Amino acid sequence: MEYFIQQLVNGITLGSIYGLIAIGYTMVYGIIGMINFAHGDIFMIGAFVALISFIIFGLTGVALPIILLLVLLIAMLFTACYGWTVEKLAYKPLRGSFRLAPLISALGMSIVLQNYVQVAQGARVKPMQPLISGGLEFFKNSEFIVTVSYLQIFIVILTIILMGIFTYLITKTDLGRAQRACEQDRTMTALLGINVDRTISITFIIGSSLASVAGMMFVLYYGVIDFYIGFLAGIKAFTAAVLGGIGSLPGAMLGGLLIGLIETFWAGYVSLEYKDVAAFSVLIVVLIFFPTGFLGKPDIEKV
Amino acid sequence: MEKKDIIQSFKDSLFTGLIALALFGPIVGLRTASKGEGLFITPQWGVVFLLVGLCILGRFLINLNSVRKTEITSFSKFTSKFSAITEDKAKHFAITAILFAVVFPFLPFTDRYFMDVAIMILTYIMLGWGLNIVVGLAGLLDLGYVAFYAVGAYSYALIATTFGWSFWICLPLAGLFAAFFGILLGFPVLRLRGDYLAIVTLGFGEIIRIILINWYEVTNGPDGITGIPRPSFFGLPFKRSPDEGETSFHLFFNLEYSTMHRIIFLYYLILVLALITNYFTLKIRKLPVGRAWEALREDEIACKSLGVNPTNTKLTAFAIGAMFGGFAGSFFATRQAFISPESFTFIESAIIVAIVVLGGMGSQTGVVLASIFLIGITEMFRDLEQYRMIAFGGAMVLIMVFKPKGILANRKPTILMHGDKK
Amino acid sequence: MSNLLSVENLTMKFGGLTAIDDLSFDAKNNQITSIIGPNGAGKTTVFNCLTGFYKPTNGQMFLHKENSKISLRKYTDFKIAYVAKVARTFQNIRLFPAMSVLENLLVAQHNELMVASGYSLFGLLNLKSYRDKEQLAVDKAKYWLDIIGLTHRADDNAGDLPYGDQRKLEIVRAMCIEPRLLCLDEPAAGLNPKESAELNKLLKFIKTEKQTGILLIEHDMSVVMGISDHVVVLNYGKKIFEGTADQTKNSKEVIEAYLGVDE
Ligand SMILES: Nc1ncnc2c1ncn2[C@@H]1O[C@H](COP(=O)(O)OP(=O)(O)OP(=O)(O)O)[C@@H](O)[C@H]1O
Ligand SMILES: [Mg+2]
Repeated sequence: MEYFIQQLVNGITLGSIYGLIAIGYTMVYGIIGMINFAHGDIFMIGAFVALISFIIFGLTGVALPIILLLVLLIAMLFTACYGWTVEKLAYKPLRGSFRLAPLISALGMSIVLQNYVQVAQGARVKPMQPLISGGLEFFKNSEFIVTVSYLQIFIVILTIILMGIFTYLITKTDLGRAQRACEQDRTMTALLGINVDRTISITFIIGSSLASVAGMMFVLYYGVIDFYIGFLAGIKAFTAAVLGGIGSLPGAMLGGLLIGLIETFWAGYVSLEYKDVAAFSVLIVVLIFFPTGFLGKPDIEKV
Repeated sequence: MEKKDIIQSFKDSLFTGLIALALFGPIVGLRTASKGEGLFITPQWGVVFLLVGLCILGRFLINLNSVRKTEITSFSKFTSKFSAITEDKAKHFAITAILFAVVFPFLPFTDRYFMDVAIMILTYIMLGWGLNIVVGLAGLLDLGYVAFYAVGAYSYALIATTFGWSFWICLPLAGLFAAFFGILLGFPVLRLRGDYLAIVTLGFGEIIRIILINWYEVTNGPDGITGIPRPSFFGLPFKRSPDEGETSFHLFFNLEYSTMHRIIFLYYLILVLALITNYFTLKIRKLPVGRAWEALREDEIACKSLGVNPTNTKLTAFAIGAMFGGFAGSFFATRQAFISPESFTFIESAIIVAIVVLGGMGSQTGVVLASIFLIGITEMFRDLEQYRMIAFGGAMVLIMVFKPKGILANRKPTILMHGDKK
Repeated sequence: MSNLLSVENLTMKFGGLTAIDDLSFDAKNNQITSIIGPNGAGKTTVFNCLTGFYKPTNGQMFLHKENSKISLRKYTDFKIAYVAKVARTFQNIRLFPAMSVLENLLVAQHNELMVASGYSLFGLLNLKSYRDKEQLAVDKAKYWLDIIGLTHRADDNAGDLPYGDQRKLEIVRAMCIEPRLLCLDEPAAGLNPKESAELNKLLKFIKTEKQTGILLIEHDMSVVMGISDHVVVLNYGKKIFEGTADQTKNSKEVIEAYLGVDE
């Protein structure tokens, strides 16, 4: 039982990270109908920016909460630039090209980003000393003590705050309206005088910023990153987006949580070696039997 | 007017520079390196300024000549001229290339290193041709092709080491096994939309790799399988001193022993395998099933309305592609005499996809040129491995932006009513 | 004349939207049955149900053979064309644009050719039996191309044909599967008067010479009135009128549906 609760806590933390990345997939899919294959690598870049800023601010001796806030903003800013540029360079010229073109372009972009970071930052893993340590302990009298670290609390709370802001953005502002209009019908939206290109750009910016937050959490949580983390995390987050129903924002968060839980429980109860197989299997099973996910709209192909 | 334009493009370039600074500043400019127990930052501002400067300059030049449009047209003009040339000369080109490939091992400058590179290029050509059936003809983006390569290699290795059967028995078995795997994996997923299919195949590729790493009893885990039998020349092994009662290649033909014999044999082996793949593809493209593949790539809904069974048709493409992947895998196993999961990572799949895409989807010649270019030329700069991957990825993006049908995309009808007019 | 198709109480809902509402009608052998109605009336949706692209929410569709009838609901997508021999064209032309005109027509004969090629085995061995069958398929393609006057373009890409020719090509491609029922979704859309007249001729030819029943969706009244034997009028998914072309022309309900009612 205690072990179960511990896994639950770990799963929710991991799920928050996946959920934040998944939002990027789902938003881009919603608006331009493509799988942004490079999104996992944007997350990885976010993690690197966060790591670099942590090191720099670590030297200044500023108080921890301020460091966290600064790093958060810096990571979001710089990573958003990457998201924006990738869209401009690799996807925008392809609107209206043939079916597989954006996907191949995205794959190319993903390869570029990964190897670029490898060249720029080196191939070795980058360890970082834990910044936030300690935690709350429960069930002290039992055999297995459940620990909820402050870091985990931080991650979950930050996720909830961001989700709140984000939901507000999408549902209550002009930007959100423009975005939803673009999802429905891009040509019509453009005719109504909405700048579609800008709306798409902003979508990428938001998606990348959220991914960078996930990257920062990843650095803090695992304490070690390398240029390759985007691949696996990206696939898992994509699975999350599909599981929740691609195109649906609450779905992405829900899917993220589920994938986080599935992964931790699988690792905890079934087999640690095959933990990545769990994520991939879920992906395959969901796509085959359940392609609209939990909260997605049914997709009848219009003929 | 003129002046305003220049000022405008100047501003624009500065903006580009700003973005470039934001991009390269942290990632390139602040290199993290571990020293002792922590991470430290080594600034590299020189490189950043260089990169930013290049971006500004590039953008300015582009704006100035509004090169973009002219560039696109001149680029496509150039490539279509190129395609036209190769189209006209396709036959000559193919014959010359094959002749060259046949005499290559005996050319004066050919040494061991060249042979190794040539074998590698041929392996990729074969993989590219195999995948071309799936991606180029049937339009199914398979990002897990390396899985079949792995299945072929491992089944070859396992069959050969356990039963000790000869190469010529193990090879078809491994191919069939890979094809069977293709059907097994393909059956549930080929109904999926194109982009989902890509991700699912990627997932399968990774699952297979993880299984190879962890299933110690069979695959020996990360250590891989060693001692895979080398191929023999129709029963004559390439050994300096053959076992008792055995004749080896050099003794039989009364030659001085040389390790090159085996290399040359391997070279011809992969050449023949690749040419078989090519021949097969060219043939099957002209059969009903081949036409149905291309029709599916063009419009699946129209195919359904004409009674073409999409799932079965795709499945054949998938299985045949997998089979050739399996053959290539067998060859890889016997050449290396050692295989491990490390050789079958996602990046291999990506390279093969890149070869097909850059060559021009569906173009057999394109695959050859792309393989020579991507593998051969970059092989010369082995030390710049990561730069080479950046170039790969960048090339994929550029091709999609400027010439989405690939450099050599010139489809010829599979059947003509009026014969060749030219 | 005998019934070819009967549609009984067909209903199709998309979420809250009822695109077809309890629709029943028959189509006869060797006749052209037109389905007309304002935009969004649900005409294309009827075709999509008939040809297996959508699964109707309710209702039955039967295709009558000599003494039996087969339920189209039982078949999904490609089997409708393969087994039930119902062919269709699309409102937005769906050719294989990068393939030649001839290849387009050969893909339509895919299933016979697959058998003839021994599922590719005989084909790979280049057996004569296969080559003969292939020649027959080419001859059939040529037959149809002669009729629409496109033989000289047989080796050009279908996507390079002018619009009107693409429409005609799509129709004869559907004919290559030798259908018992041919469903045409706005074949005259975008054609000039001369091309429309040619289309009329082609459809009459198919009806009389090929003994094929035709189901026609069309907005162009000159086509509809010129060649229809029977007209079914839809509005908001409901059948509002059914009769001959002349009766339809004079029907009050139909005029109201198209022009609106004066209050
Ligand atoms: N796949 C689908 N999902 C949701 N709604 C659909 C779908 N297909 C059709 N509809 C809706 O059903 C209604 C009927 O559409 P349909 O295409 O059948 O009209 P139509 O009579 O062919 O019109 P038109 O003359 O413009 O072609 C429309 O309101 C349309 O939006
Ligand atoms: Mg319609």
